[in-house]
Amino acid sequence: MTPMKELRVQLEVLRYNPDTDTEAHFQRYELTCPEEWVVLDALNTVKAEIDPTLNYRWSCHMAVCGSCGMMINGTPKLSCHTFLRDYEGTVIRVEPLAHFPIERDLVTAPDDFMEKLKRVKPYIIPKEKKPISEGEYKQTPAQLMKFRQYSMCINCMLCYAACPEYGLTPSFIGPAALTLAHRYNLDSRDGGRKERQEVVATHEGVWECTFVGACSEACPAHVDPASALQQMKITSSIDWIVEHLIPGGNK
Amino acid sequence: MDTISTDVAIIGAGGAGLRAAIALAETDPTLRIALISKVYPMRSHTCAAEGGAAGVIKPDDSFDMHFDDTVGGGDWLSDQDCVEYFIHEAPKELLQLEHWGCPWNREADGSVAVRPFGGMKKQRTWFAADKSGFHILHTLFQTSLQFPSITRYDEYYALDLLVDDGRCQGVTAMEMRSGQLRQFHAKAVIIAGGGAGRMFPFSTNGAIKTGDGMAMAYRAGAPLKDMEFVQYHPTGLPNTGSLLTEACRGEGGILVNKNGRRYLQDYGMGPETPVGKPQLKTMELGPRDRVSQAYWHELQKGNTVSTKWGDCVLLDMRHLGEKKINERLPLVRELCASYLQVDIVKDPVPIRPVVHYMMGGISTNTKAATPLPGLFAAGECACVSLNGANRLGSNSLVELLVFGRRAALSAIEHIQGLPASNAAALNTRAEETQSRINELFSRIDGTESMSALRKEMMDTMEKNVGIYRTEEGLQEGVSKIHELRQRYRNIILTDKTSVFNTDLFQALELGSMLDCAEAVTVGALARKESRGAHQRLDYVERDDKKFLCHTMVYHQGLDVPRVDYLDVVITKSPPGVRDYSGDHK
Amino acid sequence: MSRRPLVREVPPTSWYFHRPTYLRYMSREITCIFVAAYCVLLVVGLQRLAAGPAAYEAFLLGLKSADSIVFHLLALAASVYHAATWFGATHKAMPIQIGENFVQPGVISGAHYVVWLVLSFVILYLAGVF
Repeated sequence: MTPMKELRVQLEVLRYNPDTDTEAHFQRYELTCPEEWVVLDALNTVKAEIDPTLNYRWSCHMAVCGSCGMMINGTPKLSCHTFLRDYEGTVIRVEPLAHFPIERDLVTAPDDFMEKLKRVKPYIIPKEKKPISEGEYKQTPAQLMKFRQYSMCINCMLCYAACPEYGLTPSFIGPAALTLAHRYNLDSRDGGRKERQEVVATHEGVWECTFVGACSEACPAHVDPASALQQMKITSSIDWIVEHLIPGGNK
Repeated sequence: MDTISTDVAIIGAGGAGLRAAIALAETDPTLRIALISKVYPMRSHTCAAEGGAAGVIKPDDSFDMHFDDTVGGGDWLSDQDCVEYFIHEAPKELLQLEHWGCPWNREADGSVAVRPFGGMKKQRTWFAADKSGFHILHTLFQTSLQFPSITRYDEYYALDLLVDDGRCQGVTAMEMRSGQLRQFHAKAVIIAGGGAGRMFPFSTNGAIKTGDGMAMAYRAGAPLKDMEFVQYHPTGLPNTGSLLTEACRGEGGILVNKNGRRYLQDYGMGPETPVGKPQLKTMELGPRDRVSQAYWHELQKGNTVSTKWGDCVLLDMRHLGEKKINERLPLVRELCASYLQVDIVKDPVPIRPVVHYMMGGISTNTKAATPLPGLFAAGECACVSLNGANRLGSNSLVELLVFGRRAALSAIEHIQGLPASNAAALNTRAEETQSRINELFSRIDGTESMSALRKEMMDTMEKNVGIYRTEEGLQEGVSKIHELRQRYRNIILTDKTSVFNTDLFQALELGSMLDCAEAVTVGALARKESRGAHQRLDYVERDDKKFLCHTMVYHQGLDVPRVDYLDVVITKSPPGVRDYSGDHK
Repeated sequence: MSRRPLVREVPPTSWYFHRPTYLRYMSREITCIFVAAYCVLLVVGLQRLAAGPAAYEAFLLGLKSADSIVFHLLALAASVYHAATWFGATHKAMPIQIGENFVQPGVISGAHYVVWLVLSFVILYLAGVF
């Protein structure tokens, strides 16, 4: 059995306690961890053995529940999927997700995202209703592949923390919610695009996006929200042309 | 304390809780529904399920075959009336999800595709790549957003059921971001709080799976059933415990020991089948209990591979080829690459069995009703006795749909013509919860560290309640967990802040886990036979004369719980031999 | 003792220094100024042409000045960079699906370069260079 290599890890974690602090401040923790560990493992060790007052969210430890998004050295990451070996010999700076209010320590308030998600109607609005007894809606593998990538969003909100547009203009509906609208628009079973356009083809919707592309770089599920939003701009433009420039198009 | 009045309160917003909420909203749009969860719905652990969901859909399959697979897989501890109901509802529920947009994989003609799964005689597992649970959860969550009658209470930690006049009439829950306790007065309560795998140190379960729902019902007087049946999934990553889905083997992956031998053939699951051509219900597609137990025997024989993560066997998927792996098992490839730095296209991956699922839970009948009037339960936290002594992979994702919906319908039946509740009495109950929390906060003479206690519990469970159990080990487990429960009264909170105090919630979760752990150990000690996932080295045979019955464990305050038994419902399949030798006889 | 969420403002004038991605984005956006400036120059050239041969000669002479050559080199570099960033991103806005698979991003951006080269040669041919 080969012994596990260990690393000396230095964490600098942003702390904020609304009961006692007016400002957030950094706190330094030093510990030794196996080199294959992730930042979340180090935080869990801090919480269990050094400082039980440190607060953060986590659950699955396999990058699918989306709980543990944090800024790690200024970049939004899932801490369960950020490996200590990639930061060997440096201080790892851990902060709560940018662009969201901090409740406490690394815990942010996602209310704004939850509200926006609901606004884009991220559910099937059936093109044609049929009862369960008539079986499934047929959907070919090609039709499935058309939208599948955009259905992979784990709602971790890293893209919101990455998006400078959202930081500057909080009314922007933002990458993940708009991408989910696109996911349903592309689904062969769905007929709700018109309804969603009222929300998404607006200045708070896709037209607030200036295609920085940081969302797609941050996305741990390889959803590529930037791609979805640019496609939505094209369909929105075509809608406008049809409505305003083609006789009878506004019907 | 603020009071929130509602018609039905649901505790837990994973697959079962969301399905129940939607069923309530669809059936009666005038009902007020409170959906309470300690996490945002999409964080619920349903999202980590990978392989798929079983339902009879293809012409070569039949309900009878799904019935036989489930009952035999459960080593005849399943209630057969429940299985009967389940198998007929399963395809309807999966189709319903399809109508709601779940991205199931498809055949070329556009119909839903199915894949093979362990212990199933036919291909009947619907799947969405290897993220089936994730897609089911998000489809349900997103669908639920269209119903205005569902009011979500995200990040509310539920504490105690409010029981008065012999029936459950609500729950207390703490808003985690403020630390404020609220009481929910409800005509019916549905618990969908998930399993309790975190009482073990090596588990596929997320941090949130701490048995809060089970413990809450248990403390309120509802019995926990068959808790000693803990499923080990055969293929966990040896360091993080992350799940590598059974679909790895369904798609053709093989298990080999250090000598390269496909050792399952030595444990009643042979003869060997051709590599890359998996046959249903034999070899690598045997049931989880048997496959995990085979690992234990290989370990005793010294046939395991010694790695820096401990003793492992190898899961070899190289022969599947890169294209199939990327198409069918992308998450598995990614997990192995990042956490183990193994590329499954090029190398076999070391794996070992890992605690995965609780067959036991809050005792419910086929209507998802507990013995406590007004209280219903569904999903992993419930034991409706579908899974018996061993759950077949891909039955549980369907279980939470079928019984989530059933719990909703039963709750609606229950609230018809209900007498008015006594708000003052409920308020008194709720104040008791508040006092309990206040006492924990104000305690200054506590001497026990919460994380140390938690570690002792986990070590005890791993050492004494593992894949194979003995009288001596279980005795030790029972007395140790009992001791920990006494010491738990003496824990001290380090953090006294009201806002998002995870020190507090971890302490409360530890209390839940200790309650569940005691039910597991006590049930396991009392069951002197080997059946399914409960294997005793001192009672190696199944004993249908004495133990063809469910273990019912009743909470007795700080005393050792009371154990009772309930007969298994047998309708058409008398206990027989579990045969996983494939087509060869 | 209760909630008091801490809101952190994004600095409105310096945020793009925070991450390399933001800087790359700003450089892509800033290069469009050169593209616009060159368009203005062309319009001025047309206006000079309309004003008569003398005015146009003077305009052409101006183009040969050192300042003008530096500007042209800068504008060319900026335009090439600007075009390359957009060519590299077109597959996101216009993915092409064939059956179950999507055309590789490299193929889509490569096609843009090919069209660009062909058009450039056509224009040079029409301008009598060959």
